[in-house]
Amino acid sequence: MSFKLETAVYPEKLKRVAIEPVSRVEGHGKVTILLDENDQVHQVRLHIVEFRGFEKFIQGRPYWEVPVMVQRLCGICPVSHHLAASKALDMIIGAKLTPTAEKLRRLMHAGQMLQSHALHFFHLSSPDLMFGFGSDAAQRNVVGIISAFPEVAKKGVLLRKYGQEVIRHTAGKRVHGTGSVPGGVNKSLTVDERDQLLKDIYQMVAWSREAVQIIRGLFEKNLEEYNAFGRFPANSMSLVRADGAMDLYHGGLRARDAAGKVIFDHHNYEHYWEVISEDVKPWSYMKFPFMKAFGPDDGWYRVGPLARVSNCDFIPTPLADKAREEFLAFDAGRAAGATLGYHWARMIEMLHAAETIKDLLHDEDILGTDLMAKGERVQRGVGVIEAPRGTLIHHYRVNEDDQVIRANLIVSTTHNNQPMNEAIRQVAKQYLNGKKLTEGLLNHIEVAIRCFDPCLSCATHALGQMPLEVSLIDAKGGCLDRMVKNQQAASLTD
Amino acid sequence: MSATPDTVTTPTFQLDGEEIPFQPGQTIIQAALAAGKYIPHLCFHPEFKPHGSCKLCLVKISGRPAASCTTVAQAGLSVESEIPEVQDKRRTLVQMLLVEGNHFCPSCEKSGNCMLQALGYELGVMSPHFPQIFPVRPVDASHKEILLDFNRCILCELCVRASNEVDQKNVFALAGRGISKHLIVNSESGRLADTNFSATDKAAQVCPVGVILPKRVGFAIPIGKRKFDLKPISDPGASAGCAEHAEGGA
Ligand code: SF4
Ligand code: FES
Repeated sequence: MSFKLETAVYPEKLKRVAIEPVSRVEGHGKVTILLDENDQVHQVRLHIVEFRGFEKFIQGRPYWEVPVMVQRLCGICPVSHHLAASKALDMIIGAKLTPTAEKLRRLMHAGQMLQSHALHFFHLSSPDLMFGFGSDAAQRNVVGIISAFPEVAKKGVLLRKYGQEVIRHTAGKRVHGTGSVPGGVNKSLTVDERDQLLKDIYQMVAWSREAVQIIRGLFEKNLEEYNAFGRFPANSMSLVRADGAMDLYHGGLRARDAAGKVIFDHHNYEHYWEVISEDVKPWSYMKFPFMKAFGPDDGWYRVGPLARVSNCDFIPTPLADKAREEFLAFDAGRAAGATLGYHWARMIEMLHAAETIKDLLHDEDILGTDLMAKGERVQRGVGVIEAPRGTLIHHYRVNEDDQVIRANLIVSTTHNNQPMNEAIRQVAKQYLNGKKLTEGLLNHIEVAIRCFDPCLSCATHALGQMPLEVSLIDAKGGCLDRMVKNQQAASLTD
Repeated sequence: MSATPDTVTTPTFQLDGEEIPFQPGQTIIQAALAAGKYIPHLCFHPEFKPHGSCKLCLVKISGRPAASCTTVAQAGLSVESEIPEVQDKRRTLVQMLLVEGNHFCPSCEKSGNCMLQALGYELGVMSPHFPQIFPVRPVDASHKEILLDFNRCILCELCVRASNEVDQKNVFALAGRGISKHLIVNSESGRLADTNFSATDKAAQVCPVGVILPKRVGFAIPIGKRKFDLKPISDPGASAGCAEHAEGGA
């Protein structure tokens, strides 16, 4: 099966444009565009070289090592892997978490959400949003933001730092800690640590509210462009709590179609394969997940902030819930279907994370000493969590000798594979058709990809900008033109 | 010459310019550790006969290199330990150990409690320096209570000695030669489950690195509370008596 603009009819007659990051961290992404001699777009594809070596690497290892080992998959959202693996292994050792353990994990997760969303919005996306997608590349970077909007930049840095502090106190380290173990956690908070975090949390809540207003303001200012940019109808999937609330740590799977109709609800994620499956395509290493009920052609779906905010019935913290209502009502609901709506939804989630941290810090359980639980041992465990980028599935089989014999991971970026492809095809059609390609125009493609905050942008997180090499190649493979995007913001983030 | 009780003075030698008293028969490292002076070591353990294999305890005695765990102290010796020349050699030894096995500290449960890692920090090892050998060493998870992760074995034979001398079971042995030398389990199948090894054996407590590990308790101690988070390995409290051996893999 082929989507519109996925496969050109006579590709050999077209010239090829490749947008390719020259450096990679967790993944490697590349966009190829085929154009005819009139610069009409015929084919657009996002290729991501997904790293699946981990599933092999983990085979034979003792299960208790997995939560610490697996987080090395990612330098930006290691906590998500740490927790998803822990949840799968809780199941394997039959543990029902103590209240203290569960709340500490939730706290760690909220810290992760806060820092990841802050990093993405303030460092990575704000240059596009605040200067314009096609604006001068010399300014359109985090350095430009720091000089033009120093207050905004500062808040972004401090929000991220605060999230990292929450992680440090719960996981033992800001990055790649060991706090969550199968059956619970290895530490709770001391009164001192709690008080340190409490000191600044109200400021974080306030700044997160401001961030929601910033993106709302940008939508108001650029209403038509934002609503239309890379827009496409899509199904969505996320975890929701039993009462329909947003729950980023635990819940059942809910999916809706583009019109908002529920496709499945409260599906036990321990049996995720009953509702979703993965398709392969000859031109991509990354799989294409889809809902079994609709098949690979119509069953693809988006995950992540936009999916979660529109999928849940409410957000269980008041400020974020109010922000959600405003978002859904904005412009007769059109923002909630926009690809750029991801940014708005992401800031609502950041606010929710800040409020969650505040609530948990007021809960005495996080100072508790009852950290570990265990129960009856089984061989198969599935852990699902809503990571910053979307639904993250970890699935393990462990033998009687405590060794992992099989692992399957479906990461957020993989769920969003088709939606990202869809978004860039829309943008190519909207902006590139018939034009001479410039850096500014090609940046529109990146802007669409960045909405999803895919893990391939781990490269971007590390370098401050998605590093790009663009080549125009004619049908015979000759290079017509070559453009290397500058990397001036290189060492300033992280 | 026989000394009368009131003229007896404890003999001493010099370690990096400091007088170290010793009992006759004590090795240099024993006397030094007893005096609160740290000399790096891996295969030495106060409860076992010296082995002299890792050479981390290298010192210079009157200008000549020697293993301080096998050299008996003598009055008036001049021993140099913390001098750049010796520390450089020790650093190189640690780097060689790191590439001979598969040591992935970030996901190793012994991290923070591991003598090899702690020595790496102590000696300022910033990289493995040598090309990794990546030996293939499958883990033995057959035993109910103990996991053997051979990837990290440094061949110090402490477990061999403990199983022989204390447990009287002879569970472990070294086999092969040179670079292919490796630790084996003495059972027909080669599996730990098919020996009379027990988690309470002395041999289960002595591994300085992360080979012999109690199952299902990895990462129970949070970062910040692990042995070498609290004190560097060179701290007398951390190294004297090799208490680090007692912590198992937790
Ligand atoms: S298993 Fe441990 S104690 Fe035994 S030889 Fe190897 S490193 Fe030494
Ligand atoms: S401690 Fe002396 S040779 Fe190992």
